[in-house]
Amino acid sequence: MSGSPIVAENVKSSSCRGLDERSLDLRVAIVKMLESGRRGHLASALSLVEILRVLYDNVMQYDPKNPRWPHRDRFILSKGHGCMALYVLLADKGFFPKAVLRTFCKKDSILGGHPEIKVPGVEASTGSLGHGLSIGVGFALNAKQSKADYRTFVVIGDGEANEGAIWEAAMCASKHQLNNLTVIIDYNKNQSYGSTFEVQDLEPFADKWRCFGFGVVEVDGHDVGDLKTAFLKLPVERGKPSVIICHTIKGKGIQCVENNPDWHHKNKVTDEELKNLFHSLRID
Amino acid sequence: MRMTCLNMVYELARNDSRILFIGSDLGSGTLQQFKEEMPDRFFMEGICEANIVGMAAGMAMEGKIPYVNTIATFLTRRCFDQIVIDLCLHNVNVRLIGNGGGLVYAPLGPTHEATEDIAIMRSIPNMTIVAPADAEEMKRFMPLSVDHPGPIYIRLAKGFDPIVTKEGVPFEIGKGIVMQAGNDALIITTGITLRLALVAAEALSKSGVRATILHMPTIKPLDCEAVLDLAAPVRAIVTVEEHTILGGLGSAVAEVLAEANFHKPKRFKRLGLPDVFPDEYGSQDTLMARFGLTSDNITATVKELMRE
Repeated sequence: MSGSPIVAENVKSSSCRGLDERSLDLRVAIVKMLESGRRGHLASALSLVEILRVLYDNVMQYDPKNPRWPHRDRFILSKGHGCMALYVLLADKGFFPKAVLRTFCKKDSILGGHPEIKVPGVEASTGSLGHGLSIGVGFALNAKQSKADYRTFVVIGDGEANEGAIWEAAMCASKHQLNNLTVIIDYNKNQSYGSTFEVQDLEPFADKWRCFGFGVVEVDGHDVGDLKTAFLKLPVERGKPSVIICHTIKGKGIQCVENNPDWHHKNKVTDEELKNLFHSLRID
Repeated sequence: MRMTCLNMVYELARNDSRILFIGSDLGSGTLQQFKEEMPDRFFMEGICEANIVGMAAGMAMEGKIPYVNTIATFLTRRCFDQIVIDLCLHNVNVRLIGNGGGLVYAPLGPTHEATEDIAIMRSIPNMTIVAPADAEEMKRFMPLSVDHPGPIYIRLAKGFDPIVTKEGVPFEIGKGIVMQAGNDALIITTGITLRLALVAAEALSKSGVRATILHMPTIKPLDCEAVLDLAAPVRAIVTVEEHTILGGLGSAVAEVLAEANFHKPKRFKRLGLPDVFPDEYGSQDTLMARFGLTSDNITATVKELMRE
């Protein structure tokens, strides 16, 4: 964690370097899902792995055997297209059997290309960008109003922050001083067409959130230690909603996928491509 | 009707802690008493309707019953994606109260005229659409809105509309109300067009045409059974709505009739707004008259269909 902005180049460089066994195992599970569905937003999921891992391993309160436990922390993956990473974590924690991951995008599966509330552990159906933060504001506002003790975490994508509704929700969260709400941004600097700097530059991104009344912290979104430290210090500022800007690499962990717009979404994934993906993760 | 509706929200909220009120940037003093007595359940969230709908969805998922109020066009047009995904896909108990259904805001022009709100809402699974004819009917409906499962769109008329509904007839969501019976023609209305139909039916009876009036305060789910039962014996059927003829009450009834395959063909006409943006200001009444939404035109239309 650092007070000064971290740019993508400074994040630990490409491929698997710096990733521990757990991070690699989760990535392997994601690629196996891709193998089952032969399609998916692989790169968008790979940039999320450490964020979700830390949330589910170290931060959030929940009960996989009772997904609607009233005291659970609420989590919304507003960038729903990154769902393969979420599904892998939910299965890992026992919300549903790991075998279900193999049904990804198949006819009778509960796991589609965007998460829906029929999946145990999914709080809100997302996929149309810009919705999750407003729903999260509703959760957090309800907690305040009902004096409930749960916290709300919403992961948004950087491209998603192009949506005006995100900034409407940000104003609202700030107005209501929702210090029980944390927005986590997967700032991988790439959206579907290409670089966020070209498509719709978000900078000065951290300053925008500060101006909207958030406590802001920036971290290396692939550094498990940095992420834990950031989450443990919530709220970032007393009486304000928090935002954790996670500097990430789209496609993190697999060299041919990293920062490669072709992998934003892919269908008809071939055996050859899968072989290369597994090989990159050192599994042949 | 708007005052009655909002006052009912206040009255209902006093006895039910699940009920919240969320406005955008409504007129100064709106529900002041609500705000003073229940400040933690009164929200005025500014001109960001999309966020309001999403936020209301989040609160409804947590067990609250939010009543959201702003101008109908800003809800139905601007927030379509939020209504589809956040409210209807999640099937949550949010109530949208749309001010100015139809041509109420005639002097303010097409940006404020909710002329296709019913069509928009009708296309979404899980949505219920209610358009009472007057304030008294609104009073009978609102208590039922509390525990009705899923989202509801409540279409408001102008206010101070003449009371034309019958006090003793209980409101039932999804049920049409037969205002009078006749075996020659069937006139189906929603919202304030009931008043026009009642006048038209009186004129028709003087000409020897006995008309049934079926008032449809709920447009979705449509009371198909009532439409089919009442359409069976008559020769002519006319729908009347303060809404585009595309996708509203007339379309809903036409869909039912088209699939009924009556042995004897029916004569059928939709009265409503043509597929254009209104090009005049004036008042709700003058604009309705321009597009043929008058009791005289209903009378003439029924007579013409009966002649053919």
